[in-house]
Amino acid sequence: MSDLLKLTALEAHEAMVAGDLAAAEYTAAWKAAAAGDELNAYLWRNEGAEEGEAIAVARDCIAPIAVKDIFTTEGVPTTAGSRILEGYRPPYTSTAVRKLLEAGAPILGKTNMDEFAMGSSNENSAYGPVLNPWDRERVPGGSSGGSAAVVAGGLAPWAIGTDTGGSIRQPASFCGIVGLKPTYGAISRYGMIAFASSLDQCGPLTRTVSDAALLLGILQGHDPCDSTSVGIEGGVSLPDREDLSGLRFGVPAELARDDFDAGVRAVFEQTLRKIEELGGEIAEVALPSAEHGISAYYVIAPAEASSNLARYDGVRYGMRDGGDSDLIEMYETTRSEGFGPEVKRRIMLGTYALSSGYYEAYYGQAQKVRTRIAEDFSGAFAGVDFVVTPTAPSVAFKLGEKTDDPLAMYLNDFFTVPMSLAGIPAISIPAGLAAPAGGGPQLPVGFQIAAPAFAEQKLLDAAYALEQGIGFDRGPNPGERFSIDRAADG
Amino acid sequence: MAELEAVIGLEIHVQLATKTKMFCGCELSFGDEPNVHTCPVCLAHPGVLPVPNEQAIRYALQIGLALGCEIAPHSIFHRKNYFYPDNPKAYQISQYDIPICGAGRLGDIRIHRAHLEEDAAKMIHVGSSGRIHGSGASLVDFNRGGTPLVEIVTEPDLRGAAEAAEWARLLRETVRQLGVSDVNMEEGSLRVDANVSVRPAGSEELGTKTELKNMNSFRFLQRGIEAELARQRELVESGGTVEQETLHFDPASGSLTSLRSKEEAHDYRYFPEPDLVPLAPSEEMLQEARESLPELPAARIARYEKMGLPGDVALTLATDPRTAGYFENVVEAADGIEPRVVANWVTGELAAALRQAEVEGGAADSRVSPPALASLVRMVQEKKISHGSGKTVLATLVAEGGDPEPIVEREGLAQMSDSGELEAIVEKAMAENPDAVERIREGNNKAIGAIVGAVMRETKGRADGGEVNRLIQEKL
Repeated sequence: MSDLLKLTALEAHEAMVAGDLAAAEYTAAWKAAAAGDELNAYLWRNEGAEEGEAIAVARDCIAPIAVKDIFTTEGVPTTAGSRILEGYRPPYTSTAVRKLLEAGAPILGKTNMDEFAMGSSNENSAYGPVLNPWDRERVPGGSSGGSAAVVAGGLAPWAIGTDTGGSIRQPASFCGIVGLKPTYGAISRYGMIAFASSLDQCGPLTRTVSDAALLLGILQGHDPCDSTSVGIEGGVSLPDREDLSGLRFGVPAELARDDFDAGVRAVFEQTLRKIEELGGEIAEVALPSAEHGISAYYVIAPAEASSNLARYDGVRYGMRDGGDSDLIEMYETTRSEGFGPEVKRRIMLGTYALSSGYYEAYYGQAQKVRTRIAEDFSGAFAGVDFVVTPTAPSVAFKLGEKTDDPLAMYLNDFFTVPMSLAGIPAISIPAGLAAPAGGGPQLPVGFQIAAPAFAEQKLLDAAYALEQGIGFDRGPNPGERFSIDRAADG
Repeated sequence: MAELEAVIGLEIHVQLATKTKMFCGCELSFGDEPNVHTCPVCLAHPGVLPVPNEQAIRYALQIGLALGCEIAPHSIFHRKNYFYPDNPKAYQISQYDIPICGAGRLGDIRIHRAHLEEDAAKMIHVGSSGRIHGSGASLVDFNRGGTPLVEIVTEPDLRGAAEAAEWARLLRETVRQLGVSDVNMEEGSLRVDANVSVRPAGSEELGTKTELKNMNSFRFLQRGIEAELARQRELVESGGTVEQETLHFDPASGSLTSLRSKEEAHDYRYFPEPDLVPLAPSEEMLQEARESLPELPAARIARYEKMGLPGDVALTLATDPRTAGYFENVVEAADGIEPRVVANWVTGELAAALRQAEVEGGAADSRVSPPALASLVRMVQEKKISHGSGKTVLATLVAEGGDPEPIVEREGLAQMSDSGELEAIVEKAMAENPDAVERIREGNNKAIGAIVGAVMRETKGRADGGEVNRLIQEKL
């Protein structure tokens, strides 16, 4: 790895602003690195030709960035990992990408993902799975698997992804990087291809907490094109907290009986001790409804998806198949050929949940659970500053290990879904390494910290202090070191 | 069997005359080249989001207040899901259980609700019939897609086809005077569907209803309802039952054909639109909507009738607020003259004179100022000039403007005050029309017209008709 690529995005930004680093040279180094993608992480790379030029011109003082292929980029292929959008070049650019370009960040490429963000392993991409840079026989997590893999694998300094039920945090955990899901409404969803509109949120996948803060500062804000966006009052500044004194971290009592990997539990316990070492206090909190989160989520998200994905009908853009005989045949053939099995499964689930006579029993009930979970968190935050859990119940699993068992796959989101339903911010930071339950290589384990709505600054400050305290600086390759400490490397 | 009573409710779609569409910035248009007013949002590209049009919300509030509706402090947009090429998102953003406007009333008819939604795109079915059945291909024009609509739903309070059409006219006039829509039925900016059922007179229960669509004029609305009522009555009276279905009215044949039955009814899978927050009109918006309400036709008719105007004249003025304003200015200037008389001049003589002179626009745009018309009416009332001369002066005022007095003087139209002179002319006319005199003597009073006509010709209309009549009777 070239020394240039060892810089965090923040370090590179500061060096470029100071005139110590030439933006062109830095961007060229990353383009060269991205070109070496062996992980199937990029679906499109900006090679500077034709359409690429349009999105590469910027003030170049911000590190180039990889963008999940769910964000529309004018003139550049945008597939959301689906066959049904193969060849689609959107006529407009998403607000998140526009803000990045305006800030001066060239787009390195568009990253692979589970189709329409539905998945926890990236195996649901129509364009093949992404490989985990720590072990190419394993999944990088999902749905923002491409974005996590390019950051962990040295193919991009940082990336953006989307999180609906854990799609930023879980791949960040599996790949040993930082992933932040901001408060619902912190970042505009305009141009972010919708999976479940009431849950989807854009967020950073970065090497460090400071990079996540820098990126969140660029992305957040009210957008007139998204009436549900509000932004973060006062903006976001770089975290600089050194300890955790005076902060209370709540551990859900329910964790004690939850079934998850021993290795993950060990890293989690060890991180709790680190929090105490840094002056933080550990307390128990009750989230009695959280265990129903997965059930509620797998009603609400598919219900919204069934409606959001109905526009892919072959009439106006994207793939079209059939239709020689009539309209209905065209709809059916296009959608049968264009969507993958998991997407179809969720469309059917969601259509059923919303149908007349079942609405109250499913959608109505799920919304009540959602309200309860939000109330659980409000109750917890009355006594603690943060709620902490493991990010995922296991380390990265093997490709194909869970593809035949959708329920086992859905349980990957067990720890991340409640925060999504409550709309609150949560960050996953790498906390250590553990072997998979059945034995195997040492793999990263994420630690999740959740905070009250719009308390991103406080969350980032605490995560930064903990990150420095943990000192996790491993990259996927032996001997490779990620810079995490600004003071040491800056 | 008891007589069957008609039970009719209307669903009215009003296209709002905003500058832009309901959820995007595309301009509204009618009659432009297809698919020029489109954008990623109204074409439902991946990733787009709707942003509500504030002007449309203000217009909906005006309609709601004009219909006496309760305004919801927080109304909710829902998605109504169905696949059709005129519906690019495959859902229409509409309102479901909490509409912006709740219960209200217009005239004697209760309003159930009025809500905001977006219009579908326009489908053009290629082929001779213009209908989807039998057409070889269908084209979609997205210009109309996303136009703001207010859907007004009445309670089933209407009891006949003519009553329904009359009430629909009042509604159109009310909305038109708010200035929030073109309310043109032919162009589709006002669309009226009818829910029609019958039941034994005196029954409180509702019969099975059918829904009638595509009646693009008030005449067709009435004809469509009449035809459907006749069909239902015949069916029920012969022991059959009405099936719930949607019927398409064919203006050419006046017939109704079934579009879809209950079994084919869609399950729209309504759920709250997660891309939009609840709609909460601010106090400022409500205040502005209240203040912008003009005096509406129903209120104006009542006020004019109190002033002594006959019902039909009151209605004519109430449906034309600018002329009504003109009328009120004349009444004010003609202090003391009965408003009924002024109204007759405005809606009768002046309207006729404007038509005659082919003057565009109404009285308010004409060269006849309210004070000029007021003094003209006064001169006629005080018998300073004859009614006929009044019309002559009015024609001059329409052409030239100005005041009536100088015209009367210039044209020598002052009423003949010398009764000796008039008497001589009357005698001469009688002498020249012995036949008419004979017939009057035989009791045919109509024959008097011939003699009056001759006198008027002789005096160039300056003679007072009443005086001429009196003199003729005297001579006989």
